[in-house]
Amino acid sequence: MKDYAYFPGCSLEKTALSYHQSSLETARKLGIELKELEDWNCCGATTYFHVDELLAYTLSARNIAMAEKENLDLVAPCSACYKNSYFTNKHLKEDPDLADHINVALKEDNLHFSGNIEVQHMIEVFVKDVGPEEIKNNVTQPLEGLQVAPYYGCQILRPKKDNEDVEQPEFFEELLSAIGAVPVPYPLKLHCCGGSLIISSRLASLSMVRNLLQNAEDSGAEIIATACPLCQINLECYQQQVNQEFGTKFSTPVVYFTQLLGLALGIPAKRIGIGTEIVAATPLAPFAK
Amino acid sequence: MTKPSFSQEVDNLLYAAHGNPLRTCIQCGTCSGTCPVVDYMDHTPRRIIGMIQADMKDEVLASNTFWFCASCYHCTVRCPTNIDIAGTMYALKRYSIWKHIELEGILGPTFSKTFVKTILRSGRSFEPLLATSYLFSAGVKEWIQEAYMATGLMLKGRLPVLPPRIKRLDNFKRMIGKIIPLERLS
Repeated sequence: MKDYAYFPGCSLEKTALSYHQSSLETARKLGIELKELEDWNCCGATTYFHVDELLAYTLSARNIAMAEKENLDLVAPCSACYKNSYFTNKHLKEDPDLADHINVALKEDNLHFSGNIEVQHMIEVFVKDVGPEEIKNNVTQPLEGLQVAPYYGCQILRPKKDNEDVEQPEFFEELLSAIGAVPVPYPLKLHCCGGSLIISSRLASLSMVRNLLQNAEDSGAEIIATACPLCQINLECYQQQVNQEFGTKFSTPVVYFTQLLGLALGIPAKRIGIGTEIVAATPLAPFAK
Repeated sequence: MTKPSFSQEVDNLLYAAHGNPLRTCIQCGTCSGTCPVVDYMDHTPRRIIGMIQADMKDEVLASNTFWFCASCYHCTVRCPTNIDIAGTMYALKRYSIWKHIELEGILGPTFSKTFVKTILRSGRSFEPLLATSYLFSAGVKEWIQEAYMATGLMLKGRLPVLPPRIKRLDNFKRMIGKIIPLERLS
């Protein structure tokens, strides 16, 4: 199996530590080594682009150049880190003038962008490189009967890259089926959680989170699976604020897809950060070791 | 030589994408119908694009529309004429930050500047510092709610205590200095 240069991103250092742990453990179980970039920097989320476009590309280029040094493709578990790294890589590959300009800056850190690696999201590693069939073969503890809402969010799929289906993707569902869980039809699976609006325009974001939680409940989901730390924090940690704001009574756990994979592959719950939820993941109890 | 119009200026604000074809907009409204935050905007995305084409610069820059954009790119992937609408919203955010335009009740510019400054200082983001950029203008209720949530996260070991920093910070700062003058943000 292939190894990757791993860019965890700022959230995974603490608030989304369970995503970090479960990504490493689950990948390792399937024979993939995620080698953390030795001195990665923040991708800037959405905000560098609010201030300066070139600066934004330079900061992501630094991470890519470090992965190039290792001769490994870059993988990011956070959707914002992924989107920024992916499009920086694409634009710099397509525009030698832009790459030249940024390379002048990268030289200050003895780095150089050459454009010889690819950038992937963590979920793509499991969906494309490993594949549902291979995952299924490795399942020792199927999550039988567990009703899961597959929440894609935004920046895994958008903006569009090639000819992939950005309106009705099914790869998250296929992954959940492979581990024995039941992916419920979740009509709002591609809708936005508000991202950083939770800080800058709180009410707008809380109402987006409310819609997502309501839709998951209406779909019969016991639990929501995400592939992005910001989605996870907005949906889980702000659930109580949604309840206070709108008089709702949501109590839906929100976990990372890697935690579900980890459980199904027989990894002890503690090692993949299960138990650090604000909304307890009780539906996982029958499967946890 | 005539000065570029506002619509040409905005078209050209996307450097890496080599411009954005705003003039191809057919005013179909798919963007507005798709946008999850449209109810909070004073002008819908469709309308903002129309206003840009009509060179209504002052009105566009006085609008809150782009600060409500969550960068979900739903409009962008659905635009029948391939306009990167979310990219346009970014461009307008940048333009209004350069021009030091502050809108009453809009926290976006402060939040963005705080975030960027944090990263330029340490190379990594630090959530507790970001929260303060918003809390200074929040009410008592929000303070209590945030403190309550922070306590919950802390009890689960999910709250950072010390700000992280990268190892080669000096190199990193010199690298940034090649792109933008650091003084402008410090």
